[in-house]
Amino acid sequence: MTSCIAIDSLSKQYRIGGPQQHASLRERLVEFARKPLAVRRSENQTIWALRDVSFHADEGEVVGIIGRNGAGKSTLLKILSRITYPTSGSVKVRGRVASLLEVGTGFHDELTGRENIYLNGSILGMRKREVDQHFDAIVAFSGVEQFIDTPIKRYSSGMRLRLGFAVAAHLDPDVLIVDEVLAVGDAGFQKKCIKAMEGLRKSGRTVLFVSHNLAAVENLCSRGIWIDTGRIRMDGAAKDVIVSYMGSFAGEQASGSDLTGNENRLGSGEIRYMRLEYLSPDGTPCAMVRSGDPLVVRFHYHADKTILDPSFGFRLYTEMGTLLTETNHILNGLHIPKVEPGDGYIEVVIDSLNLIPGQYLFSLWITAPDGVPVYDGDVRASLEVEVSDVYRSGRMLSSRHGLVYFPQRWRVVLP
Amino acid sequence: MSMDSVTARGQSRHGTRAWKDYARRSPFREIWEYRELFFFLAWRDVKIRYKQTVLGVLWVIIQPLFTMMIFTVVFGRIANISSEGVPRPVFYFSALLPWIYFSTTVTGAGMSLVSNAGLLAKIYFPRIILPAAAALVPLVDFLVGSAFLIGFILFYDIPIGWNLLLWPILVVPLALLAFGLGALLAALNVRYRDVKYAISFGIQLLLFVSPIIYPSSFFPEQYRWLLALNPLSGLIETFRYAVVPTYPVDWGVVGISVGVTAVLFVLGVLYFKRTEKAFADII
Repeated sequence: MTSCIAIDSLSKQYRIGGPQQHASLRERLVEFARKPLAVRRSENQTIWALRDVSFHADEGEVVGIIGRNGAGKSTLLKILSRITYPTSGSVKVRGRVASLLEVGTGFHDELTGRENIYLNGSILGMRKREVDQHFDAIVAFSGVEQFIDTPIKRYSSGMRLRLGFAVAAHLDPDVLIVDEVLAVGDAGFQKKCIKAMEGLRKSGRTVLFVSHNLAAVENLCSRGIWIDTGRIRMDGAAKDVIVSYMGSFAGEQASGSDLTGNENRLGSGEIRYMRLEYLSPDGTPCAMVRSGDPLVVRFHYHADKTILDPSFGFRLYTEMGTLLTETNHILNGLHIPKVEPGDGYIEVVIDSLNLIPGQYLFSLWITAPDGVPVYDGDVRASLEVEVSDVYRSGRMLSSRHGLVYFPQRWRVVLP
Repeated sequence: MSMDSVTARGQSRHGTRAWKDYARRSPFREIWEYRELFFFLAWRDVKIRYKQTVLGVLWVIIQPLFTMMIFTVVFGRIANISSEGVPRPVFYFSALLPWIYFSTTVTGAGMSLVSNAGLLAKIYFPRIILPAAAALVPLVDFLVGSAFLIGFILFYDIPIGWNLLLWPILVVPLALLAFGLGALLAALNVRYRDVKYAISFGIQLLLFVSPIIYPSSFFPEQYRWLLALNPLSGLIETFRYAVVPTYPVDWGVVGISVGVTAVLFVLGVLYFKRTEKAFADII
C-alpha cells in the first residue's frame, strides 16, 4: 500500500471573541487612536480547533472521520481542501484531489442545467473536455434530461441535488474528500452516493469521509478516525471506533439524566436544558422504557432571561447515528410566546414508542423558530429501549426487524 | 513512516505521482492550472448579466451611448465646456468607454470575493482569479463600444492614422490599473465591509476629478500635476489621442499616470496575496 495523504502534526488555532469578525474600519481607527501602541487584540482568546493531528491514508483506503459537533472534523476537511490554512504542521497529498463539501457548489440560478454542469464541473476541478466526455452520462444520472436547458431556478430542490451529485459522481480524483453531503439527500439518493463511493474505493482511490451517519461510515469505511476536541482520540477499524465513540455518550439513564455536564453543547446558553426525565403517562418515573409503551419525556430547562418565541425540539438517532426523527413543538401547532426567567419544563407525550429495542440517542435543541439563533444545541442524552411483547404473541422484536415497527393488525382472508 | 520512504515506493495506479506539499506550490503554475475555471467564471458573469432582460445585449451599448448624449447636451451645449476641437460625441464617447470599463471592473472586482463567499468557503482555487475574471468581463462591453466608436470616426470623418493602434494597446495599462485597484479593494472588503460603500462613492467622485467631461487643459497649468496623480487622467487623455491625433496630450501627465498605475497594480496584487490565506476564515 502506498500513502496518498500524509498529515503531520497539524494544528489550527482560531481567535474567538472580540469584534474581530466583520470589524469596521472605524472601530479599528478608534481603537488605534485610543491605544496606538497597544498590541492589537491581545485580549482575544484563542482556541485550538485542531491540535497535533497526524495520520497517513493509503491508496484504496476509505477513512471515516467521526466526532461530535465542534470537534474539529470540518476544520480538518477545510485544511485538506485548502480552503483554510493550518497554523502549523504539514499536509501532503499525492495525485488529484477533489473535495466535495457541498453538492452543487457554485450553481447559479439563472443558468440552465447544461450550463451549470459545466460551471460546477469546472469548480470541482474537471477539465472541459472531461465534462464533454461525461456529459451524457451526467445528464442520464441526474434524471433531469427534460429540463436540461431550463434555468435551474425552476428546479425543485431535489432536482438540483441530483444534478449536483451527478456531476460529482463523475469526478475522477485520486483523493476524494467528502463532507456530510449524504446527510441532505433522501434514502435513494444516499444509496446512489454510497454506491459511487464504493466504486471509487474499488478502483484504488483514497476517500476521506466525514459524517454523522455512523451507519454509512460503518458500511463504507475500512478505517475510522475519531476526533475529539481537536485531537485524534482513536484511529482504527471503523467498527471499533464507532463502538467506542457511541460508548462515550452512554450516561447514567435509569429514569432520566442530568444534562448539565453535557460536553460540547452548542448555543448561546440564555436558556439551557437541565435534566431529562422518562415518565409514565400517570407521571411516575419509568424504571425502564419499553418498545410499544407510552412514554412521556419531560425536558427541564433553565432560562437566564426572558426568551421570546423559542422552539423546543429534538432529534433522535440510533446507536449507529442514523437520524430517526427530528421534531419540535412548533411542528405540532403549539406556540410559546415567551419563557420567563427561571426553571420550567416541557413535555412530549408519545402514545406508543414504536422503536425496536436498543440504544438510542437524543440530541436536544432550543432555537428561535427558524433555527437561528441557537440557544442550546446538540445536548446529548441516551435512551435505552427494552424488549417487550409488542405483538402480544410472545415473539420479541430485535434489531433484525429494522429500526421501527408499525402499529398494525393483520386480517387473514382465506379463499 | 518517514516521508522519503513513502515517496521512494510511490508506485500507484497512475504510475509515480509526486507528492504535493500544500505549503509549497508556485502561484503562477497554479493560476495556469486553474485557467479553465477562470474562463468559466468570466463566462458565467457574461451569461447571467442580461438574463431575463428584454433589451439584452443592447444594454452594453445603451449605457455609453446615452451618457454620451446627455454629456454632449449638458456639458457641451449648455455649459459649453471646451472639447479641444474634437466633435463632442467623439470627445465624450472615447473617454466614456475606458471610464465605464474602469468603474465596472473596480466595482465588480472589489465585490468579487464577498459575492462569491459561498465558493470561497467550499472550494479551493487561486483566489486571485475572482477579481481577474471581474476584469475580463467588462472587456466584452469595451469591445462592442469600440466597434461603435469606429462608426463615429467614420461619421465625423476623422482622419485614420497610426495613432489608432494606441487604442487597443492602452487597454493593457487600463486593465492592470482597474484589476490592481479592484484586487486591493476586494481583499480589504473581506475584512472591512465599509469598502462596499467606499467603492460606489469613490467611483462617483472619480468621475468628476478625471478628464472625462472636460479636457486636462481645462485645469490651470500649475495644478495639472494634481490631476495627474489620478492615474486615469493620463490614460483617458491618451485614449482620446488615439482617436484624434490633433488632441493635445500632456505627456508628463501620462508618464505620472503610468507610474501610479504600476504602483497600484503591484500594491494591489501584493496585498491580495499577503492576506488571501485568511479569506475563508473571516469572510
